[in-house]
Amino acid sequence: MTDRATVRTEQGLDADGLRDAYRMMRTIREFEERLHTEFATGDIPGFVHLYAGEEASATGVCTNLDGRDSIASTHRGHGHCIAKGVEVKGMMAEIYGKATGTCRGKGGSMHIADLSKGMLGANGIVGGGPPLICGTALAAKIQGTGGVSVAFFGDGASNQGTTLEAMNLAAVWNLPAIFVAENNGYAESTSSNWSVAADNIADRAAGFGMPGVIVDGFDFFAVHEAAGEAIARARAGGGPTLIEVKFTRYYGHFEGDQQTYRADEVAHAREELDCLKRFRARVIETGELTAAELDAIDAEVLQLIEESVTEAKAAPVPTADDLLTDVYITY
Amino acid sequence: MARMISYRDAINEALTLEMERDETVIVMGEDNAGGASAGSPGEEDAWGGVLGVTKGLYGKFPGRVLDTPISESAFVGAAVGAATAGLRPVAELMFIDFMGVCFDQIFNQAAKFRYMFGGKAVTPVVIRTMYGAGLRAAAQHSQVLYPLFTHIPGLKVVVPSSPYEAKGLLIQAIRDNDPVIFCEHKAMYDVQGDVPEGAYAIPFGEANVVRDGDDVTIVALGRMVSVAEEAAKELAANGIEAEIVDPRTTSPLDTETILESVERTGRLVVVDESSPRCSVGRDISAIVAEQSFGALRGPIQVVTPPHTPVPFSDVLEDLYVPSAQDVVNAVKTVADWKR
Repeated sequence: MTDRATVRTEQGLDADGLRDAYRMMRTIREFEERLHTEFATGDIPGFVHLYAGEEASATGVCTNLDGRDSIASTHRGHGHCIAKGVEVKGMMAEIYGKATGTCRGKGGSMHIADLSKGMLGANGIVGGGPPLICGTALAAKIQGTGGVSVAFFGDGASNQGTTLEAMNLAAVWNLPAIFVAENNGYAESTSSNWSVAADNIADRAAGFGMPGVIVDGFDFFAVHEAAGEAIARARAGGGPTLIEVKFTRYYGHFEGDQQTYRADEVAHAREELDCLKRFRARVIETGELTAAELDAIDAEVLQLIEESVTEAKAAPVPTADDLLTDVYITY
Repeated sequence: MARMISYRDAINEALTLEMERDETVIVMGEDNAGGASAGSPGEEDAWGGVLGVTKGLYGKFPGRVLDTPISESAFVGAAVGAATAGLRPVAELMFIDFMGVCFDQIFNQAAKFRYMFGGKAVTPVVIRTMYGAGLRAAAQHSQVLYPLFTHIPGLKVVVPSSPYEAKGLLIQAIRDNDPVIFCEHKAMYDVQGDVPEGAYAIPFGEANVVRDGDDVTIVALGRMVSVAEEAAKELAANGIEAEIVDPRTTSPLDTETILESVERTGRLVVVDESSPRCSVGRDISAIVAEQSFGALRGPIQVVTPPHTPVPFSDVLEDLYVPSAQDVVNAVKTVADWKR
């Protein structure tokens, strides 16, 4: 049942679409690279899980989505948030625990959410998201909005009962739901080659009667196309799809992770496989975008991230009153 | 004029009225219709829920009554997700004991969204679930687990004690914008009571004084309210007038009414069918001890089952569940207390 998606020359994005996709990927990368640097200074509370290296997944999927659509994310959620349009400065302030943050400093890195953008939240519980997007997909189906819902989850969550139950329910209810398994090789420190009993996570799709697709997660165009097909099918009433995106994360499970569980695969990935490098090379080669255009986007993104950090550091912290607010709507 | 209907029908009526009033209300759960509606060759709406509570809704509300696989995490989570996206789902978690396989979606997801997302989430989900001993259903189908939900900030917890209460509190639960756990006692579905025909909502956090009395305050929850009423009759025959307070909701909890009553009676007995440790009964006991210590004329008594699983044998189960005699004994203990 598993089909290996093939990259076609026709990726269905015009120059504006390509620029947007590149900007999205670059924003995620610079956001995460900067967090890597800033976390080391000790100014950021708690812990963060960085998405660097995985940008093509969030971007490839979310460039197929619009305002009708919802996504649920993971503890490694910054990339999904940015790709679904959550405001970057608010995110940075949230990660610094500031009152100006997306969640007013009460969520943090693992709980950034913006329901007005259809972003149901990063999630501190592995496997927490897939059941939730069955609900948003059900709401879209009942209300006839044409909306599609996407659950991003990792190879670790692919072994959680919630994920498997949700895939079955989505198939039984024929929901406009997409399950994107981001297989970065490790659930915390445990290899997915060991923890996933099947050869591929996508192979499990057959057990739920849905298509399963494996995609090169370093290739934006491959993800974009595979997701586009699945999302179009879901919008048309064709039910759910499982997409397995394979790649490597550039940093550890969390910042500070010494990564003694893996060999140095990151240098090779950064050098040879990197989604941004490949995107640049391809669009320059096809003449769709110029190096100068891309460089200009890079500069704008760097400026945005710089401002985000500066403003987040200067932002006010929550007040004691905030401790007690927003537990309930009425109580 | 009184109209007597069952606790089961009162709940069904609340669902029907709210589904008629608001098309965003949907119902889902295992066997909520059952039969042909889930693809089998049998009757349509064959069960209407395992105890028939949702019977008849399927035909009245096409597309809004959903059968589910036995996948509590998936469909309870789906109800939570749908609630964030404009629906008002009422999910049926058949037995409260099954929270063990889906608690994450309730307490880490639904309960936390409002706070964790900075006040921007609205999650109007209701989880109806049956609890309680008395049907010889044994240890995994008889528990009284509302204290576990009560412990979680972000959840509201409802424990209706009669058909009238069940209808009004469920209507409130469906209209409420926070996640609500609605706990139905499985031994009460056939209990008859006077229930008005139209829609009415009973506000959360407002206790009902079921019986007035000046000698002792009995706070009782759910099915224990009727047990307390039975005890109160016997006590009255012995010259002790008990005031019975039904909190209706354990979260929010109407501490004001409880404290006001204890300030007047000077004595408190709490009757709670849940296990004794870290229970709602002990919580109420602690609140009163902290806030009305000076009014107490004797030690607070908490009537609960023993700290054991619920047994199967009818002989043992009858010993397990608090009885009116247990309540009478507890009241006498505090009434007879001498310093």
